[in-house]
Amino acid sequence: MTDYETVVGLEVHCELATATKLFCGCRNAFGDEPNTNICPVCLGLPGSLPVINKRAVELALRIGAALNCTPQRSIFHRKNYFYPDMPKDYQISQYDEPINVDGWLELPDGSRVGIERAHMEEDTGKTTHIGGGGRIHEAGYSLVDYNRAGVPLVEIVSRPDIRSGAQARAYVDELRSILVATGSSDGRMEEGSLRVDANVSVRPVGATALGTRCEVKNLNSLRSLERAIDYEVRRQIEVVESGGRVAQETRHFDEGDNSTHSMRSKEEANDYRYFPEPDLTPLVPVAELLAAAGEGVGPMPAARRRRLAELLAADSELATRRDGSTDQVVTVVELGLDDLVHGAVAAGADARLALARASNEAAANPEGARLLDPVAFANLLKMESAGRLSATQSKEVLAELIKKGGDPAQIASRLGYEQMDASVLASMLDEVIAANPQEWERYREGDEKVAQFLLGQVMKASKGRANGKLVAEAFAARRDT
Amino acid sequence: MTASPAFEFASLAEIASSVRSGQLSARAFLAQSLGAIRELEGDLHCFNEITTDKAMADADEVDRMVRSGLDPGPLAGVPVALKDNLCTAGIPTTCSSKILEGWLPPYDATVVSRLRAAGAVLVGKTNLDEFAMGSSTENSAFGPTRNPWDTGRVPGGSSGGSAAAVAAGIVPLSFGSDTGGSIRQPAALCGIVGVKPTYGVVSRYGLIAFASSLDQIGPFATTVADAALGLEVVAGHDPMDSTSLARPAPSLLASLTEGVSGLRIGLVEDFLVDGSECVDAVVAAGEALAAAGAKVDMVTIPELLLGLPAYYVIAPAEASSNLSRYDGVRYGLRVDGPDTETMNARTRGEGFGPEVKRRIMMGTYALSAGYYDAYYGQAQKARTLVIRAFEAAYRNFDVLLTPTTPSVAFPFGSKVDDPIEMYMCDLCSIPSSLAGHPAASVPFALSSEGLPVGVQVLAPALGEAVMMRVAASLEAGASREARGPVRP
Repeated sequence: MTDYETVVGLEVHCELATATKLFCGCRNAFGDEPNTNICPVCLGLPGSLPVINKRAVELALRIGAALNCTPQRSIFHRKNYFYPDMPKDYQISQYDEPINVDGWLELPDGSRVGIERAHMEEDTGKTTHIGGGGRIHEAGYSLVDYNRAGVPLVEIVSRPDIRSGAQARAYVDELRSILVATGSSDGRMEEGSLRVDANVSVRPVGATALGTRCEVKNLNSLRSLERAIDYEVRRQIEVVESGGRVAQETRHFDEGDNSTHSMRSKEEANDYRYFPEPDLTPLVPVAELLAAAGEGVGPMPAARRRRLAELLAADSELATRRDGSTDQVVTVVELGLDDLVHGAVAAGADARLALARASNEAAANPEGARLLDPVAFANLLKMESAGRLSATQSKEVLAELIKKGGDPAQIASRLGYEQMDASVLASMLDEVIAANPQEWERYREGDEKVAQFLLGQVMKASKGRANGKLVAEAFAARRDT
Repeated sequence: MTASPAFEFASLAEIASSVRSGQLSARAFLAQSLGAIRELEGDLHCFNEITTDKAMADADEVDRMVRSGLDPGPLAGVPVALKDNLCTAGIPTTCSSKILEGWLPPYDATVVSRLRAAGAVLVGKTNLDEFAMGSSTENSAFGPTRNPWDTGRVPGGSSGGSAAAVAAGIVPLSFGSDTGGSIRQPAALCGIVGVKPTYGVVSRYGLIAFASSLDQIGPFATTVADAALGLEVVAGHDPMDSTSLARPAPSLLASLTEGVSGLRIGLVEDFLVDGSECVDAVVAAGEALAAAGAKVDMVTIPELLLGLPAYYVIAPAEASSNLSRYDGVRYGLRVDGPDTETMNARTRGEGFGPEVKRRIMMGTYALSAGYYDAYYGQAQKARTLVIRAFEAAYRNFDVLLTPTTPSVAFPFGSKVDDPIEMYMCDLCSIPSSLAGHPAASVPFALSSEGLPVGVQVLAPALGEAVMMRVAASLEAGASREARGPVRP
């Protein structure tokens, strides 16, 4: 049996987080009363003309930069087709001269997916079919809400570099975190501000030519995306294995039965009659625009993961993968806690411990943790490293610190986690040795198994306040003198 | 009580100054206009809509401002008529098409706001070839407009109603739109001045699009000075139109009387071949300008002949897209059907007239996959050749002269069955449209049949001032009998 390779390219439409629409001053907002954010321009009334929203251009350039694209002089085209939710019956979009080209996106596992282009276009309105179970051909009538018409979109088109449903999911997840981190979009798939179409094909392993692709639509969640691709790959392999040929078509993913169904074939596809939009002038990415696009934008997640990994590799005895693909690094960057870790390490904390606490305990309350003073965090970690607090105690103090802030030493003291006085510890050891002479003898003769028993006796006597590490050291010291 | 003077013999400046000074009222000038409409509209059919009540209220407002010591503006009390493809808030705007019947725009075109702000009083919306597609106003869904010089003949088009209204003395100023000659050609056929400005000088916001890369709004008036004032008022940057040039309105009136001494004027030989009266007029115009001190020469620019075929690909291509929105979903006519596609098709089938359908089909074809390069792509190359040829010519000439039209006003029905013959009306006016250059038609002579003959003055981009200077000089040397107003 032939082995097959999955080949996926994704088209991601993302609504830009601008205050107003792409070509008019109407509010760009989700969930308002239907047809309240409309004007002659976004309704496409006769005589109205589009005027480009400069902020949308800046955000498009910002997305391009985050995806390592090259910005270029671009023009708008008209994509002509009739649909009731498109007020002008053409969509103003970019075609063969898009604003961003040739980038890439690095995934947490270190793989890279090429970006062919990230271009600007306007969104359409929204049609609701009333009656007939919501299907257009059976509906009694349809209602159109034009609030969304003219909302700015950036369409991000990947190269066919994705090799599995899981990788597609990781790609969209990473892309979404970039869009959110740059403030370009709110990235909400459930509200439709992020919409994904997948071009899926299969080919025998080792083949260089691409197989015939199907475009899969209606992917409303990351889970649907992964399942739809997995299904579609199985289907296409079955078609090929049974001697058939995959037909180029658009397919609809059904969340109910996790399968895809044919929507329309290539022959039924529209001829969009693209031509340059005469109502708009070319966009030139001049320095001033690029500067505004980059303003306030920090490094992208991939760079942040790498920087964190490098810090750990330099600081820790343990080997760390420098690409930042470890789960703890991915989590910390995803939650935006990498600055906290860097700050704590700069203030003298152990890097590995800082990463562990940030990716586990701090992750329980990331909003609070992002506000945590890195120096206080470092002080806490230093207390733990020095043995003044047990791991359990340290975690308790951290939870308190994130919740209320303050000084970790004071919190520890308030919780009764103060370091035991050396003389108290010494007298406790005396009592335990006196009460367990046989065990003490076995320990002195080198029976390490009994060490845990002795330690447990001290912990019990101290009601858990003793530091286990210090107690173990104290027993060893007595044995060796 | 001062009897209002017939404004057909007063300049716009005189009308406005008499209103601004309170010597005469806006209401009195409006009454004269409405009187002329009552008398002539039955014969001419210039208007799709006469806005009597609103006009009276507007005129009263102008007069109230004057009484309050406020200045209504440089067109105070001037009655104006607007082509019915310019959006007017709350006033029907139809493009002379059934498909827009009943639609009330919720907004004023920028040109309309500027005219109102200048004190002008809108008396009505004028007839046109449906969606500005035509050269005779015979393509109106509401019947043709007739030429006041001879009501058996067309007024030209597509801005036929606006041209005829000025030519008949109904209003002293009107506005039309020009995509390939739709201001200049009817101006020539009606014996008045018509100006198409440089593309981007006048905002297109609120002008219902025919071919967006070519459409420009411009004035009609009986004199060059009046047309210049009308253009000054509506021109200048508008943030609502991305193709509007970022510069103030050109100053035209100040230099109108500077004469043509020393100017280099080229007669475009390629349009002077057929020996008609329209060609004779250009030659005579050249002689008159030479006598006035200009340096006049012949020039040949054969590339300009590429204009007509290129235009009849580009303009329909853009139109096919611009007119998609008339689908019965949101406004205007809707003819119901069992599903959306059928409703769209029925609405468009019944709503559009034959010429509009012809152009939508031509344009759709020209943009189709597999044909784009052969048609639209080639036409754009031809357009570039026209622009370069003009650039070369303007290195040697300040302005160029051509006939405005190949013939004088023609009888109704004489070209309707032959679209190509009708399209040829735009032969001389199309090249400046493709180049985005300004051009004006000035009435210069009277034909043997007693019909006006226009001469077209072409100038390079933003050359309005020198163009209008030459136009004024031509006007001074022209036969007064060739100029409106006339009464049918």
